[in-house]
Amino acid sequence: MNRSNKTVIGTFLTPAVVLLMAFMILPFVMAFVLSFTNSRLIPGPRGTQYIGLTNYQKLVEDNMFWRGLKHNFYFVIIVVPIQTSLALLLAILVNQKLKFSKFFRTFYFIPTVTAMVAVAVVWSFLYHPNGLINSFLTFITGGVWGGVDFLNTTRWAFPAIMAMSIWQGVGFQMLIFLAGLQDIPSSYYEAADIDGANSWEKFKYITLPQLKNTTTFVVISTTILAFRLFTQILVMTNGGPQGSTYTVMLHIYKMAYQRLNIGYGSALTVVFFIIILIISLLQRYLLGEQREVA
Amino acid sequence: MFDFRTRRKFILYTIMTILFIIFFFPLLYMISTSLTPNEDLILQNMSTIRAFFPSEIGLKNFSDVFQRMPFGRFLFNSLFIVSTTILLGLVVNSMMAFGLARFNFKGRNLIISTVLALMIIPFEAIAVPLLLITNRLGWLDSYQVQIIPFIANPFYIFLLYQFFINFPKELEEAAIIDGANWYQIYYKVAMPLSKPVLASVAILHFLMQWRRFLWPLMVTRGPSYRPLTVAMQVFFGEYPRLWGDIMAYVAMMTLPVVILFVILQDRYVSTVARSGIK
Repeated sequence: MNRSNKTVIGTFLTPAVVLLMAFMILPFVMAFVLSFTNSRLIPGPRGTQYIGLTNYQKLVEDNMFWRGLKHNFYFVIIVVPIQTSLALLLAILVNQKLKFSKFFRTFYFIPTVTAMVAVAVVWSFLYHPNGLINSFLTFITGGVWGGVDFLNTTRWAFPAIMAMSIWQGVGFQMLIFLAGLQDIPSSYYEAADIDGANSWEKFKYITLPQLKNTTTFVVISTTILAFRLFTQILVMTNGGPQGSTYTVMLHIYKMAYQRLNIGYGSALTVVFFIIILIISLLQRYLLGEQREVA
Repeated sequence: MFDFRTRRKFILYTIMTILFIIFFFPLLYMISTSLTPNEDLILQNMSTIRAFFPSEIGLKNFSDVFQRMPFGRFLFNSLFIVSTTILLGLVVNSMMAFGLARFNFKGRNLIISTVLALMIIPFEAIAVPLLLITNRLGWLDSYQVQIIPFIANPFYIFLLYQFFINFPKELEEAAIIDGANWYQIYYKVAMPLSKPVLASVAILHFLMQWRRFLWPLMVTRGPSYRPLTVAMQVFFGEYPRLWGDIMAYVAMMTLPVVILFVILQDRYVSTVARSGIK
């Protein structure tokens, strides 16, 4: 049987190869090249010039970049553990053999199919100084909570965005954990029952070790999402108040798009990519190349 | 006194119900506010439980949205961009995956490794040069700038490749004996058999394209080609904010998708499982 007909193979591969080259590989390579130039979206009279490491020098001294990066790490440190454990808790809850498990599962994942820009607007209203969240907090604290303007207070704006991001994203990780839970053979639990293990012991000695790969995957993918943080920031605070919610992606957007400085935006992009690359390689290392080609 | 089983059930249901409220109240709030026709009433009720049970109900906010902006146009833009990308993506990505899985040729391993490596690159890492490229092509403010760069996707190629590689060789050998050529095998044998994985890819592609925000924000200007996500910007520049109208817009954008996914939930659940690690 002919498995090496060049025309046939060419027909199957060409469309995707051309598109990937033009819209992924080319821009990816260009990001590196452009980062050594003063390229602008609308070129000036002297055109684009090679300027060596100037953009990277600028980057090292750019306080807004470091502030953004610090916030991204801050987001990772707070959100990743909370979101991962909450997702696991939700998965365990909806995995119980109860009558309405599926009903609850549905409602827990609904936020994940919404567009971030849409729910970010709804939450801006909930976070209003006279909004529902403030009045609820006042109610449950018996009036101790005085009410704050969440999105306009340096102390509260970022935590408010974090809470909303967890609300929107946790259902997705819940479904990944749920798939992991359902892959654990029930015979493990039956054997533990015979040995007289209690629920906590079963969780600690069977569930958690069996979910090791799933947990690694969830932690890493949530970390990557944290570095891509953009939409909810732009919609809810635009990086403010006083830069307290500024992130790397917002900085790239402002430099490249608003200031049309493609060269500097590219240098920022390269650094951003190197961070993602390190995290992704860490994932491949921890998961032991599970996704290797068959 | 409850026995252990009943008590356990009671605790589980209590926790699940509290979580249910947390996950659902923002959407319920969106719906009830969008149905409150009177802006003063919205502001009056906004901090109380009455926000969920407005004393007046009407569709005025919805008609306002259609009057104040070309909502139909934005909806069409979104649907057109999303559906075109998905359809072309299914064809292009499955052809590539089929070619890689079913043929041996020089350079195959290199292409496979490249596809795997490309999976690491997030869109944000290529957005800036892509803006320059599409600007040079004269594509700014168009449909194609929002469609063509997103058709081929290494992750979807990988998902489909994984499926095709496990596909029994006997099936295509039988088809070849029957006189079928490779295009017919792809189209008449492989495609029908891979419906579940094609559905998964379509779902992931839908979510990615439907929610896309950064890119259309950078490449569209006026209302002509703006999708729903970016067209919403009109509201952000206005003070005081007309929350009733905003919520009506957001509801029209969100609820159809939510209902669709509730109906297709088993498929969605298996799709997420597929996109995770096995």
